Amino acid sequence: MSQKAGRQSVLLDPSPYLTSAAAVVGPMEGKGPLGEDFDLVYPDLRIKEKSFEAAERKMLQEACLLALKKQDLRLGDIDYFLAGDLLNQITVSGYSAAALGIPFFGLYGACSTLTLALSWGAMLVAGGFAQKVLAATSSHNCSAERQYRYPTEYGFQRPRQAQWTVTGAAAAVIGAAGEGPRITAATIGKVVDMGEKDAYGLGAAMAPAAASTLIRHFEDLQRRPDYYDLIVTGDLGQIGAALLRKLLARSGYCLEDNYNDCGLMIYNPELQDVGAGGSGCACSGVVVLGHLYRRMKEGELKRILVVSTGALHSPTTLGQGESIPGVAHAVALEI
Amino acid sequence: MAAVPEELNITPEEYRELVKKERPAPPLWRNALCAFASGGAISLLGQAIQNGFIALGFKPEDASNPTVAVVILLASLLTGLGLFDRLARFAGAGMAVPVTGFANSVTSAALEFKKEGLVLGVGAKMFSLAGTVILFGVITAFVAGLISAIF
Repeated sequence: MSQKAGRQSVLLDPSPYLTSAAAVVGPMEGKGPLGEDFDLVYPDLRIKEKSFEAAERKMLQEACLLALKKQDLRLGDIDYFLAGDLLNQITVSGYSAAALGIPFFGLYGACSTLTLALSWGAMLVAGGFAQKVLAATSSHNCSAERQYRYPTEYGFQRPRQAQWTVTGAAAAVIGAAGEGPRITAATIGKVVDMGEKDAYGLGAAMAPAAASTLIRHFEDLQRRPDYYDLIVTGDLGQIGAALLRKLLARSGYCLEDNYNDCGLMIYNPELQDVGAGGSGCACSGVVVLGHLYRRMKEGELKRILVVSTGALHSPTTLGQGESIPGVAHAVALEI
Repeated sequence: MAAVPEELNITPEEYRELVKKERPAPPLWRNALCAFASGGAISLLGQAIQNGFIALGFKPEDASNPTVAVVILLASLLTGLGLFDRLARFAGAGMAVPVTGFANSVTSAALEFKKEGLVLGVGAKMFSLAGTVILFGVITAFVAGLISAIF
């Protein structure tokens, strides 16, 4: 029986399976240290589409179709499509849902969308409301830059705490039966706003939310960080990851070598000029559903905790002088 | 600002201090040197173009207009080729302060919003970044003109 555990967590029993996963990325991510683990590396950012927004839609749809194809599933086999992205009115997901023709839950969690979709999808399946759901998310460096900052070709010096939005899309099939890593627990995060206003240093704005969710996860489920082979946050980057360690230490939890951040894993900071690391919905999306999913299937990792992190601001709220609220959701995967 | 969740053992003020310690300081010396070198190089190029126009028979006071036009053209071309933003990441203020920065802000916006149509895209949004330079440039010129007319 699935049940609520503690204040913010759920234990999923029978645990749904991540039966299939696919990740597609842009050229820069393909050249990064995890390049081998992605299903498809696009040669350029436009992929013959008329806009970067259209390119992002194509990437999301391609990731979805690849995830279905791996299990010989058809679109009609899927009960619900859960997706979200960074663009205004989550158009990448909405237009893709129109193309796929699957009943659609549109989610907005900024860069926390991966674990938002996985936790929600797992609850739908474990609760008996669906047999199979498709969870997906995407981001594109150029469409995000243009919406949140400047036109893509505008030249300026990025501060060192700035992160690089990952281009790519990831999709997973969550099923009541099958094989693969199981989603055993989830912790839904509170939105935390500590008053940070630096739109380039989003890691600092999101680290308190990640800390809050992790502490709740550990306390709700009576676990210590060493329960997991690996704990990954979504896109805190160098500064956010360092802040998270300090915040957790103040509450008595010490993150050891089993902690990493997807934003620090996806690029090679020595060779690629990405500032403090990767960011975007696709950051944890492709690292978890591309790289870590494979590592779990090959038995290298048995228990991981994924904590995708999102910043819930908009250019409008920033322009009006508001601070940046952060959110983080945790999903435990075990095989 | 919302309340701090109780599981976090920290106040917003303490957190701000923590962030200040972690946030890397901007590399001021490196940035200044890059800006000096790149800005100087652009100015040198501009001077060479101006000398070229003078050699072609322009009066020295008339040669600056076509010079600025050529520099704007070059900056716009680099923007269109996708090179300007890469260079500016190193050059910083050296490319932003001269007319090259202005040209880039107009061309990059025009390129970006071309997909939204000629009138409501390019026309309406081309000066979304440069508009502020134009507005305050005109106001400054007006005030300076007023001062020089009075005194």
